[in-house]
Amino acid sequence: MKRWSFLALAAAIAALPLASCGAPGSGDTAEGGGEEVAGGAGRLQTVLDRGELVCGVDGGIPGFSFVDDSGAYSGLDVDTCRAVAAALFDDPDALEFRRLDSTERFEALKGGEVDMLARNTTWTISRDTSVGMEFAPTTFYDGQGMMVKEGSGITSLEDFEGKSACVETGTTTELNLTDQMRQRGVNFEPVVFQDADAAYAAYDEGRCDGMTSDKSQLIARRTTLTNPDENVLLDVTMSKEPLGPVTTNNDSAWFDTVKWVTFALFQAEELGLTSENIEQEAESTEDPNILRFVGAEGTLGSDMGLPNDFAERAIRHVGNYGEIYERNLGPETEFDLPRGQNTLWTEGGLQYSPPFR
Amino acid sequence: MTTISSRPADTKPPQNQTSPLTWVRKNLFNNIFNSILTIVLVIIIGLALRGLVLWIFQGAEWAVVTNNVSLFMTGLYPRDLYWRAWLMLGIVVALAGFTWGVVGRNLGSLFSRNVLMGLALAALLIMLLPITRPNAPRLIAYEALTVAMAWLGQQAGRKFSGLGMKLSIGWFASYFVLLYLLAGGDVRASVLYFVGMIAVSAIAGWQLAARVSLLPKLGLFEKILLFLVGFIATYLVLWYGSWLLGVEVGLDRASTSKWGGLMLTLLLAITGIALCFPVGLLMALGRRSQLPIVRGLSIAYIELIRGVPLISILFMGQVMIPLFLPEGTRPDRIVRAIVGLTIFSSAYLAENVRAGLQSIPRGQTEAAQSLGLNTPLTMSLIVLPQALKVAIPAIVGQFISLFQDTTLLGIVGLVELLGITQSILANPSYLGDYAEGYAFIAAIYWVFCYAMTYGSRRLETSLNNELR
Repeated sequence: MKRWSFLALAAAIAALPLASCGAPGSGDTAEGGGEEVAGGAGRLQTVLDRGELVCGVDGGIPGFSFVDDSGAYSGLDVDTCRAVAAALFDDPDALEFRRLDSTERFEALKGGEVDMLARNTTWTISRDTSVGMEFAPTTFYDGQGMMVKEGSGITSLEDFEGKSACVETGTTTELNLTDQMRQRGVNFEPVVFQDADAAYAAYDEGRCDGMTSDKSQLIARRTTLTNPDENVLLDVTMSKEPLGPVTTNNDSAWFDTVKWVTFALFQAEELGLTSENIEQEAESTEDPNILRFVGAEGTLGSDMGLPNDFAERAIRHVGNYGEIYERNLGPETEFDLPRGQNTLWTEGGLQYSPPFR
Repeated sequence: MTTISSRPADTKPPQNQTSPLTWVRKNLFNNIFNSILTIVLVIIIGLALRGLVLWIFQGAEWAVVTNNVSLFMTGLYPRDLYWRAWLMLGIVVALAGFTWGVVGRNLGSLFSRNVLMGLALAALLIMLLPITRPNAPRLIAYEALTVAMAWLGQQAGRKFSGLGMKLSIGWFASYFVLLYLLAGGDVRASVLYFVGMIAVSAIAGWQLAARVSLLPKLGLFEKILLFLVGFIATYLVLWYGSWLLGVEVGLDRASTSKWGGLMLTLLLAITGIALCFPVGLLMALGRRSQLPIVRGLSIAYIELIRGVPLISILFMGQVMIPLFLPEGTRPDRIVRAIVGLTIFSSAYLAENVRAGLQSIPRGQTEAAQSLGLNTPLTMSLIVLPQALKVAIPAIVGQFISLFQDTTLLGIVGLVELLGITQSILANPSYLGDYAEGYAFIAAIYWVFCYAMTYGSRRLETSLNNELR
């Protein structure tokens, strides 16, 4: 009996500091959040003081974020981060990348481990509202597609009656596929895999008749199959996957920064400004749109608490959206991914920037 | 007398003269069933091996490995600082060679035929393998350095006794030197400088106590006081002196976010192992303690940690910690990773050590007490040496699993060996070469884990002298 009472006492003593720690800790975070909203410059000021941007990326998506031979991160998502860093610090390398898993990305953003996400995150209503994220403009419109073997006789999803399709499990891809098939009343057999590599290998070996994933990934992976040219993408889009940078709720100044740096990439392409010509355009042009954009006229940047030439910096270091796309996914790369919906609105695409004025 | 010592040679038991053919017949084809089994197995193994060899030499595209060797080894470490990584490797190699020589000081010839053949084979591999070929001159120079240091170590080991203890201090000190080379920055702010200051102050304090106590006869208390005075005075002089000078001395800083690859894996594993052993030992002793609070807390720690998967501890450390801290503070991620690994492994290690402690019969403790040894002496001289010897296989097993557990940090976002591999494999130039990338790092992990098991086996045989 005496022993047990000792143990209970020990437990109580051990629990005491824990309990007293818990209360002020939770109070602190609540206060911190309140200050942020009131001050209106929480994260932006933190980043500026630090002199470095911390950007969350996946680190393992071909064309979007990976480590190249020279040991530098590259990809479309990575260039978005670089554009923000360049806009803030006039240095596209003033940033630290953090690889984030899909399960931890929102926690890391909320906890302040990263300042922003550029990590193939689909903009959905629940993530925008209940998860508490803010979605900056979409930098890549993707959609779920279906790849089949040429000559298999499959030309639409209806032809999948009694056939099988390979899919990665645990993703929205799998749910979308079953939704679409149920809608069409098609009986098919889903073959699920834990891992993308395994799924593509199984498709390549003929284990299933079709392979479904985001179209950009299907096209990227097609080059690795045994006979790339014998595989075609069906002309069907099963879901909308708008992918773009993300920041956390309740920090408008910081969200505006990321949002308008991203818009600047689109706007620069529309204005015909590239990393090569922007400096001389800024000096020689009489176009007030360009002068405002590069910060030679007006106070667009400094009103946001940024350097007035933030857009010019981003374009000069990283290039406009078109250049970024060409560099990472264009005809020069292994992907040769047509721009499709990712062209500017002037050319019939979806990329559109509100006016800079 | 002479008749006994000069025993004729032919009384030795007859050697079994077996030719390979008779051995095969006796062991593999001794009856019909075994013959069939042998043939079937040979076919299966042969086919598998043939497939593997064909894949390695024809199917696989090793460009993903050969073009990225430096990334696999050092991650995103800045290219212009690679010389520091090479210097670190050089220090490790030199120390290892010296240790080898000291350990083998009593061997007739350190470089037996097998060792020489191994060295020649290593040199040949360095020149032939596409992974090492670009750096072949440097690696072969390092091999030569190892051999030279081994020879030196043997000579030194024969001349000076008690070099083993100094050697372990050398390894301990080298850890901080290596850490500084890796991190760089202002010397005065580094762990190396801190540890060095403590060491110098301790020596100064000890010298002071020893010198002064020569004059009059001093009690233990006065000696300790003298030591403390010397220690604190030297420490303060060193601390303020170095900052008053105001000169910033040091190498370029390499941010910990740039550490990666095998280098980071080894750093995490070695630091984790070095830290979890003492913590685990204390927990094991605490769990067997007579004091209820100590015992209760030890049990609570061990059972709490063992009830939680490692990935969740690491996840907490990497993602959740900033939630509990004031806005803007972000403790270093590598430190958080090491703390997580240590917390987890020490709980398991404590149980391994406890198993060893329980295997020691009570009589040992009683015998020690009857000799008048107090509890710390009983533990450190009688019980622990025997218990740890019993627990070696389990402890090394725990170390190996800690080494492999570092891969979980790749999942929570550190670019250690697995993490950097995932990022390299996403390079569009190497799409689909995942088998090659993973095979390469599997080989690396195997080499290190096998080295650890081999080392533990050698340690066991050298400690189990009662069984020889």
